[in-house]
Amino acid sequence: MRIALLPLLIATALLGACVKVESDGAKKAADASADSGGSASGDFGPPQGEPVKAVLTSPPNVPPATGRTAPAKVIVELEVREVEKEISEGVTYTFWTFGGTVPGSFIRVRQGDTVEFHLTNHPSSKMPHNIDLHGVTGPGGGAASTFTAPGHGSQFTFKALNAGLYVYHCATAPVGMHVANGMYGLILVEPPEGMPKVDREYYVMQGDFYTTGKYREKGLQPFDMEKAIIEQPTYVLFNGAEGALTGDKALPAKVGESVRLYVGNGGPNLVSSFHVIGEIFDKVWFEGGTKYQENVQTTLIPSGGAAIADFRLEVPGTYILVDHSIFRAFNKGALAMLKAEGPENKAIYSGKEVDYTYVGDRAAADLKPVAAASAAAATGTLTKEQQIKAGEALFAGTCSTCHQPNGAGLPGVFPPLAKSDWLAKDPTKGIGVVLRGLTGKVTVNGQEYNSVMPPMSQLNDDEVANILTYVHNSWGNDGKQVTAAEVAAQRKAGGAVAEMH
Amino acid sequence: MDTRALLAAIVAAAVGGAALAAGAPPAGDYVAIPGGSFKSVLKYEDSDRVGVKPFAIMRRPVTNAEFLAFVKANPEWQRGRVPVLFAESRYLQSWQGALLPGRNAQAQQPVVDVSWFAAQAYCEAQGARLPTWSEWEYVAAADATRRDARRDPAWREQILGWYSRPSTTPLAPVASGRANVYGVHDMHGLVWEWTEDYASMLVSSDSRDQKATDRMKFCGAGAIATDDKENYAVLMRIAMLSALEGADITANLGFRCAKPLPGKQP
Repeated sequence: MRIALLPLLIATALLGACVKVESDGAKKAADASADSGGSASGDFGPPQGEPVKAVLTSPPNVPPATGRTAPAKVIVELEVREVEKEISEGVTYTFWTFGGTVPGSFIRVRQGDTVEFHLTNHPSSKMPHNIDLHGVTGPGGGAASTFTAPGHGSQFTFKALNAGLYVYHCATAPVGMHVANGMYGLILVEPPEGMPKVDREYYVMQGDFYTTGKYREKGLQPFDMEKAIIEQPTYVLFNGAEGALTGDKALPAKVGESVRLYVGNGGPNLVSSFHVIGEIFDKVWFEGGTKYQENVQTTLIPSGGAAIADFRLEVPGTYILVDHSIFRAFNKGALAMLKAEGPENKAIYSGKEVDYTYVGDRAAADLKPVAAASAAAATGTLTKEQQIKAGEALFAGTCSTCHQPNGAGLPGVFPPLAKSDWLAKDPTKGIGVVLRGLTGKVTVNGQEYNSVMPPMSQLNDDEVANILTYVHNSWGNDGKQVTAAEVAAQRKAGGAVAEMH
Repeated sequence: MDTRALLAAIVAAAVGGAALAAGAPPAGDYVAIPGGSFKSVLKYEDSDRVGVKPFAIMRRPVTNAEFLAFVKANPEWQRGRVPVLFAESRYLQSWQGALLPGRNAQAQQPVVDVSWFAAQAYCEAQGARLPTWSEWEYVAAADATRRDARRDPAWREQILGWYSRPSTTPLAPVASGRANVYGVHDMHGLVWEWTEDYASMLVSSDSRDQKATDRMKFCGAGAIATDDKENYAVLMRIAMLSALEGADITANLGFRCAKPLPGKQP
């Protein structure tokens, strides 16, 4: 504990140094000396007023803020159901659930509330179940008090002494299997002043799943105990199914809105490196606790832990939620989406402005002939051989991707330059194509092509001349030499994209 | 003929008699189980291994047809007559009427929704009793070819496969599947089963307790923890039983009876 405490102290001390520029609220949160008092300060006395029935929501929804300013008696009714549901397209799994969903229903109370908890186990269940809420102060977190056979109900009461975002889960033997089957969810214990207001709140929870069949193997897949023990999940998922939060089910939001994610990790085994592609969390209440960190790219969420992440949407588009242990995202399903609608803001994010060819280091080694030709041209001693050598080097970077290194092109797609009748007909035609590109139908060596060649406007006159000289002197072509002067003349003449045919 | 087969023959002759030519084994058909010792999934204080004396156990769970005959002969165990102390209000709820199992409780399906007291009364009426947990676990350790298949991952996966199937589909008729090496059917994959001493298994209701709990005070040599953490297949059955009271029923819980071998002391 001492080791863990030390970096925390350093971190909070550093934060403390920055408080001058913070607002009052932030100052309170960031000030190391102002701790919240923990459970010792969490008892606000006996519940007041009539008992309140807690609003429970299915993921990805979050119940509204309690809005209470005094401790209340809150009644929570949660039902355990064993249900067969889709875990991936065409793949089903028998989930054990709190409230019929994975993760289970979201529970929201306020610090100091007295929570009367009712756990029922549906008569069709095969298994007994119970619940351990990490937000409970007391042995087992309620587990022993809620051990419930199928067709029965249990009740216990606790006082929510600590504010924070807490995982709850089933703790019936074998615990690992109950958790692996989806028996977890989140309970938010609001601090007395409530959470800062945001425009939208969502509930996302990660879990790892172990099936006897391979990833995406169709049909009802039983739980694989061996894979669970060696911690090699078949699926890593947000909200219990691949695609639970993608496509039409993506989390909706609008540009200009602030979004809060209550993110849990049920495990049973994996720790999550939670990240939203394209966003930076303005605030993360790391580990679901009282303090927040600012400007976070990726936050670590332990198995059996949680975090609260806030960000504001400035630019429209799709933001991808991932476990940045990235194979889990793309090969095991740990991927969700948030879609932000609204006007573009090019000043913040332009979108793609230019696409250009970059040949990288290849140039350094191979472009010596180009430099030699360039030097020779400057002194007026440039030979045809030098031009061909320089042209060959330039061709390799600029032209060969489409026309192929051997000039043969790709039949029906990119016209050949080798033994080209089109090129031979008018030797000056090639200059215009390189300078201004070519769009539309051309017939080369009897075959019709209808494609687009962009203008190679990045090439100077010398380079165009050298490339064309190389082409005319390769692959059985006519052996003509093209000079920089000819290129310059055509460039000066300008005109539209080179004529067809 | 080996000893086991011989014993089986004796038992069959002694208690059975009315063997049917085909279909499910007839009512009261017991199989002799040779004694032995084995390592239980439960951790016992006094010994590493559990001894099991030779006994006889029903070839398959008690069916609705058989239980109907029982409640006809023993009206005090009919639905609506039995005190809630011995069977909760949902006792035999899947039956259409007190003496009419009906469409949702076919004759050859195992009887479910029965309390421990009712199950025990049924067995007593047969001159038998419920098997002890040790007896049940001992027989259930077998597969079709081995007396103890518990180390085989395939054995475990097969059992876990049943847990993974939702319980919304109707129960299969008894003895639909392959018998184990003793000739006993349905120890896994059909229903949970009551055991005589289910209430003394005393697995903590929060199974994560790793040390002796208060409960130890009440069960001198009883089990306080499990010894085979990997054996989820069996752990789950224990968890299930320890969640129940004697008057409870569930839609997946039935029973079968056991008795001492003829000529042996119980």
